[in-house]
Amino acid sequence: MDRKRFQEIWEDGLHHRSFVAGGILTVLMLSLAILSLIWTPYSVFTMNIAGKLQPPGELHWLGTDHFGRDVLSMLMVGAWNSMAVSLAAIGLGALIGIPLGLTASARKGWIDEAVMRFNDFAFAFPALLTAVMLSAALGPGSFNSIVAIGIFNIPVFARLTRGSSLSLFQRDFILAARIAGKGTTRICAEHILPNITSVLIVQATIQFALGILAEAGLSYLGLGTQPPQPSWGKMLSEAQTMMFFAPNLAILPGCAIVISVLGLNLLGDGMRDILDPKMRTRE
Amino acid sequence: MTFFMFRRLTALMVTLLVASLLIFLLLEILPGDPAAVILGVGAQEDTLRALRAELGLDLPAPVRYLNWLGEVLQGNLGRSYTYDTPVQELLLNRVELSLPLALLAILLSTGIAIPLGVFAASRHRKVADTSIMGFAQLGVAVPNFWFAILLILLFSVKLGWFSAGGFAGWDAGWFPAFKSLVLPAVALALPQAAILARVTRSSVLETVQEDYIRTARAKGLSRSQALWRHAVRNALIPVVTILGLQLSFLLAGTIIIENVFYLPGVGRLLFQAIAQRDLMVVKNLVLVLAATVVLINFLVDLLYAVLDPRLRLGFHG
Repeated sequence: MDRKRFQEIWEDGLHHRSFVAGGILTVLMLSLAILSLIWTPYSVFTMNIAGKLQPPGELHWLGTDHFGRDVLSMLMVGAWNSMAVSLAAIGLGALIGIPLGLTASARKGWIDEAVMRFNDFAFAFPALLTAVMLSAALGPGSFNSIVAIGIFNIPVFARLTRGSSLSLFQRDFILAARIAGKGTTRICAEHILPNITSVLIVQATIQFALGILAEAGLSYLGLGTQPPQPSWGKMLSEAQTMMFFAPNLAILPGCAIVISVLGLNLLGDGMRDILDPKMRTRE
Repeated sequence: MTFFMFRRLTALMVTLLVASLLIFLLLEILPGDPAAVILGVGAQEDTLRALRAELGLDLPAPVRYLNWLGEVLQGNLGRSYTYDTPVQELLLNRVELSLPLALLAILLSTGIAIPLGVFAASRHRKVADTSIMGFAQLGVAVPNFWFAILLILLFSVKLGWFSAGGFAGWDAGWFPAFKSLVLPAVALALPQAAILARVTRSSVLETVQEDYIRTARAKGLSRSQALWRHAVRNALIPVVTILGLQLSFLLAGTIIIENVFYLPGVGRLLFQAIAQRDLMVVKNLVLVLAATVVLINFLVDLLYAVLDPRLRLGFHG
């Protein structure tokens, strides 16, 4: 994408409400996550039983949990843990899914048929069900959550890549590239991929949001990020037992999830509208 | 149509076979020896060996896989290691809770989402439309288990209208039992309703631009008559597909929601079986769940073909 096109998109984006709103929310959550790598108000690993279950105040802006840990710090580290899992799962899905989709559309025939059947199969299966089984088989933990969520990103990227590149292969400039002597792999890398990048980025944004939801679900069930590392899902399941006397503990992690997911969904919708006016959602 | 049916049926069989193979392979890597689970830690090596032989665990993997398939095809889902009861029995007990829960959730989500979606479309770009879609956007972002916790906070902790969890059982009378399913069903229905409302709205918006709607209007039908009599009916075709897909999400959702509300349903049974390494329950339950999802999607496909004749002629894939 050249600079002029990038500038055009950027200017369009500034006038698009959901793009701006989603962008602000996403940047906010991402910065909190990244900030947590170098600084948090308090350490999330030190307990302070004397100062447990404090309400929000000057020392602890969002209060403390049942071990006296600072809730804001835990939410920040939780943001990083959740986003890192989701991003890695997208990486896994894209790394396998995109080449699969490209191969299917370039080679057609039985490879195409096999990829599509695999897709149908993966779509028919409840993702969380398999994620629960996988996490149980491989043992709980962040890495296995990445594998479990990533597996479900594979068919998403494969289908999208195949769908958007099929029509490109019919275009004259691909024929020209073939006549110029370029092989299929080079054509895919130099001509097909750059043309479908925007669709893929939009989808990645949506998958990012879905990944955060899935990670939260898995860690709520105790299959995701393991303590003492904080995670939003784990914080919610711990808060559930203390709902009668510390309801804010059950509210804050949920808000963090909603803000991240909402931000990414709005951003994705906005980007789709800007990058591809044909797909414009009816606002 | 026969060809269409045949094609779909073959695909269904293949999907189920692949599913069973995957389940089997996945559980092969699951650590833990079922014989040790049954007999406990103090078991002697020769007792363990005898039990493994009795359960057929000492046979080679392909033989065990085929044996399992054979049993399942005869309707035998095996015996749970931890409960020492046939899996069918466990399943039937739990379905009593999970099926009404799922049906209630679907009823709620379609009952709310379809009218809202149509209404939003009829108010296209007006305040009502924007606010309904805003709520839908929010609804998609809310994890259902957190929504469930919020419901408990409001209706159980603050207002005391519903219990915070547990199931009264159908023997206690239908009302207490139904009452314990209300909050879980609402929690399950919310994200589904949000998606469904969006799909309904965009589908109706697309349909109202069709020529036959203009004809209906030209015939003298009012805007809302044309909308409800002609547009909605046709717009519901894609909605049916989404509903079919949502069923599989609903099944997965019950795993979490039944855990939030401590409901003894199929989802919780599965989750506990995984935690307790009760492989017999896990593999048969997952297979039954997968078969249910695949069957429902098959039925939706058939329904879709009945509703939309273009599909029967093979314009798909």
